[in-house]
Amino acid sequence: MTGTAALTMYDKIWEQHTIRTRGDSEALLYVDCNVVHEGPFYAFDALLQEERAVRCPDRTVAFADHYVPTVGRERGLAGIADAEARTMIEQLDRNASLTGIDYFGMDHPQQGIMHVVAPELGMVHPGMLVTGSDSHIATNGAFGAFGFGVGASQVKHILATQTVWLKRARTMRVEVGGCLGPGVSAKDVVLAIIEQLSIGGGVGHVIEYTGPVVRALSMEGRMTLCNMTIEAGARAGMIAPDATTFAYLEGRPRTPRGAAWTDALASWRAVGTDPGATFDRHAQVDGGAIEPMVTWGTAQDEATAISGVVPDPECFTDAGRRLRATRALEYMGLKAGTALRDVRVDRVFIGSCTNARLEDLRAAARVARGRQAQVPAVVVPGSQLVKRAAEAEGLDQVFLAAGFEWRSPGCSMCTGSNGDRVPAGERCASTSNRNFEGRQGRGSRTHLLSPAMAAAAAVSGRLADVRDFL
Amino acid sequence: MQPFSTLNAIAAPYFEADIDTDKIIPHRFLRKPLSAGYRNFLFYNERFAPDGSIRPDFVLHRAPWDHAQILVAGRNFGGGSTREGAVYALADFGFRALIAPSFGDIFHANCLQNGVLPVVLPEAVVAALAARLLAKPGLTVAVDLPRQIVTLPDGSDCPFEIDPVRKEQLLRGLDDIGITLSDLPLIEQFEAGYHGQRYWLTGKHE
Repeated sequence: MTGTAALTMYDKIWEQHTIRTRGDSEALLYVDCNVVHEGPFYAFDALLQEERAVRCPDRTVAFADHYVPTVGRERGLAGIADAEARTMIEQLDRNASLTGIDYFGMDHPQQGIMHVVAPELGMVHPGMLVTGSDSHIATNGAFGAFGFGVGASQVKHILATQTVWLKRARTMRVEVGGCLGPGVSAKDVVLAIIEQLSIGGGVGHVIEYTGPVVRALSMEGRMTLCNMTIEAGARAGMIAPDATTFAYLEGRPRTPRGAAWTDALASWRAVGTDPGATFDRHAQVDGGAIEPMVTWGTAQDEATAISGVVPDPECFTDAGRRLRATRALEYMGLKAGTALRDVRVDRVFIGSCTNARLEDLRAAARVARGRQAQVPAVVVPGSQLVKRAAEAEGLDQVFLAAGFEWRSPGCSMCTGSNGDRVPAGERCASTSNRNFEGRQGRGSRTHLLSPAMAAAAAVSGRLADVRDFL
Repeated sequence: MQPFSTLNAIAAPYFEADIDTDKIIPHRFLRKPLSAGYRNFLFYNERFAPDGSIRPDFVLHRAPWDHAQILVAGRNFGGGSTREGAVYALADFGFRALIAPSFGDIFHANCLQNGVLPVVLPEAVVAALAARLLAKPGLTVAVDLPRQIVTLPDGSDCPFEIDPVRKEQLLRGLDDIGITLSDLPLIEQFEAGYHGQRYWLTGKHE
């Protein structure tokens, strides 16, 4: 591509970070910010064994989030009964200390989920290339950055070189037109998009979101949208920066100040897609037609409006989808034709990198206020900053009065790696991002939905239409 | 990593669409050290009952598929999270090549970093192969990386695509780091230019 060609945001970021190319479509890309958690201990072990140093320690930041307990934090590491979980955190403590990388350990005053803390501290800027050892690093696309997940071997490569080899993806523009109805949130929008594209629909592509619905979303809403883009198989999701983005970033701890802010802003304004740039694929979504959504199956595209029914697998024309849906209904213990609003739940989880930010907690609290949880319901704020801000607004008191539990930040019940699991056979209404078989615990049944919908489910004891509670 | 050139081995059929990395290795095993033997966690929830007892009729428990080195899978195999443990589990079990109509992006990259060859073939071909394998357990498939050809049980050859640089690395058993670091001056030169234009990315900002 030459100087005057109209480029997409992805094209621009790709080219600005290309050190060199090789083969068909692979490039060595510079990594502005590398975000890791307890998971890729294999990478640190291997680096140590090979006697390699971390090349740019100040460009990697680590977070203890997947394995930290959400209760009993005052007891510290010693209070973690699960020896393996404790080891995972201790390993990260040690590796961070040995390598000198930036580290937000369990006791850090700003501890939290990596995809909540990095954005709220202003670590990610428009035009950045960000890698993450957890695939939901895509969350950062909300800032007009290109954020994508990498495996442990790639983490090792990035630590050793501050670069990553990557194959160039194709581009897809998803335009969300119209305007959202009451009770409909970013979570519903992304579930509707995945339902339309299917879980493999975005494979090989980076998705850019445009349209009035996207422009009207707050940064937190945009983060929810980009976060779950990978569940459509896409590499990443991105939204061009605008006034909303800049207003969010201004004054955050890790954003530039003074003259640097002015200069950075000028650079960020040039990040968005040029008028007339072409995308490989396009999709259109009618925002006005989106209803509050809920998943019924074991993949994120097995979803429907709360006003709908569990579908008959025969209605899928694709044999693979039919088989998948048949297995899903069996696993989930659901019958075709059942109204989603008749489905009882056993447990509710409000948390995860998808929906545990302040606005998510406000939305859930609005529904919970003055009502009572009918089933065990747990609220896990995405970070200590979010937790303190929520407490300053009295949200914790609203939840506690409604019989919900108010916990310490971490990934918690999304993956259950810290021990917060859903027992076998139980149905959990969850604001997380994956409803795969056994995701929240072996034999557990997950229904993904928005925070307000989760609160509605908690106070009803079943999946419920949040619009009845507004 | 172990170099890959040619392989002639028993292929096991596991032809289902959208097998995500949570299915390949449940999250609770990702905390285990490699020395625990990740083959023990492969497809765990399907292979073992909740009480830990083995399910003898799971495909990979039935001879001769219990020592297959090639897995024939459905489309979008390995979609989901970044967990490289999914590849460790497959490799530790003995799989050196995977054949499927498509793979999850990150999973595909992870395979290449660990000497496991992901082969993409048309869905119809893979479906027919899986059916053939199911009908006659013990059939072998040959994978020739230099010629980029898979030889099916009926003797027919099926070409496959692979990025030429990735192919070279697999043939030589090389992962990326040494190759990249031999280019360090180029990286440093890039950095100087890139940060020269974006000075606010260097040093701390207060």
